[in-house]
Amino acid sequence: MNFDLLLDPLFRVPFLTGLLLAALLPLIGMYLRLRHEWLAALAFAQMASAGALLAMVAGWPMILGGVLAALVAALAKGLMARAGAGAYALMMLLAWGGGVLLVANHPLAEQAGHALFDGQLYFTGDGHLLAAGIACAVVVPLLSWLSRPLLLGRLFPEFYRARGLDARPRLMLFDLIAGLSVALATVSLGVMAAFALVFVPPLVAYRFARSWRAGMVLSAVIGMVGYSVSFAVSLGLDQPFGPVCAVVLVMLVASTSLDSYRM
Amino acid sequence: MAEVLLRVTGLVAGYAAPVAGPLGFELRRGEILGLAGPNGAGKSTLLKALWGGVRVFGGQIERAPGLAISHQAQGFDDLRGVPLTGHELLGLTGATADGLPPWLAGRLGERLDRLSGGQLQFLRLWACLAVPADLILLDEPTNNLDRAGVAYLADWLGRAHSGQGIVIVSHDHGLIDDVCTRVVDVGVPS
Repeated sequence: MNFDLLLDPLFRVPFLTGLLLAALLPLIGMYLRLRHEWLAALAFAQMASAGALLAMVAGWPMILGGVLAALVAALAKGLMARAGAGAYALMMLLAWGGGVLLVANHPLAEQAGHALFDGQLYFTGDGHLLAAGIACAVVVPLLSWLSRPLLLGRLFPEFYRARGLDARPRLMLFDLIAGLSVALATVSLGVMAAFALVFVPPLVAYRFARSWRAGMVLSAVIGMVGYSVSFAVSLGLDQPFGPVCAVVLVMLVASTSLDSYRM
Repeated sequence: MAEVLLRVTGLVAGYAAPVAGPLGFELRRGEILGLAGPNGAGKSTLLKALWGGVRVFGGQIERAPGLAISHQAQGFDDLRGVPLTGHELLGLTGATADGLPPWLAGRLGERLDRLSGGQLQFLRLWACLAVPADLILLDEPTNNLDRAGVAYLADWLGRAHSGQGIVIVSHDHGLIDDVCTRVVDVGVPS
């Protein structure tokens, strides 16, 4: 065990990058859960990882490949809205199959593939931090603007149409920012850590928050606390970050004694 | 004479094929119109056709310029587990809390899933009813309401609402008889 590493300046940039994303992803997750679309987050993450691997093999920046693949996934999600969870499952299968085949057949992809699946947070650099900062600065106000149409879409789906308005462009914008945020998190934190941060904090916030606004704050706080604990444990015990993050967050759910039917 | 909000002539509506109509009526500001007809006559379908929610196969719908429509649809999504308060729900549609029954007004700060089924249904109905709209379309508004809710709704609708026009579809003949200024029979398409 070496917890002195937590104070090492070398790990400040990775920690801050992850902390920003750990605040942002639960906010996206609150709306994905509202729309019964939380599985889309895993589809976005898998697509982003496959895109990042493909980009690396092609000699492009991984982050660019991840973001482009997630954009394609967001577009496909919008076009296949009626297919629902079936579309996300197909995307996941395609991305997983493609990603594993790349890892199996390309020596460069093998190392990067393990990093993406295990979570390679400690290797993130200034570019990731800058991208995470920009994402937070852009996505948080956008989410605030999109909140009403997203909530109305669930509670009163005919609200805009009855008034001669089309809510679809705003809903597609949400798909895009969700895809981009998850893609950025995937190439920074790894596939399952990104998914866990989208899925778990809203699960707890839905149970305990007294209002939607309080739920948003609570989910972001849970994400940041869960992430910080995971970062410290994985660094101190020299364990891969992704699995530690997933286990810590699931233990958090277990500790709140959530009933299985609510999941 | 009050302004005409809606003029419907020979309206036939449906989905893949016509299922309802023909229907014709004129609605003025301040009127409450009831649509009557047997089960399966397509009353809800015709109500949706008034704002463009289903396919129109024949006839004409003329709306007053800039007409703002609010539609309360039948059947709501299950909201158990969603951390949303009554205040937040009303804020979404822009509905006012003024005029809410006392048994609900004091509970707006609570989560919706802490309310009884009848209270929640009334609040969702209110969110469509007490909005800045010219035309309000109510589809079976008494479904899932408790007795207090039905009585309060009838009382509220029975008071003068000169600024709005209202169209109601309901199997509750008592409500239709009590509050509607006019009732139109819906024909069955041949």
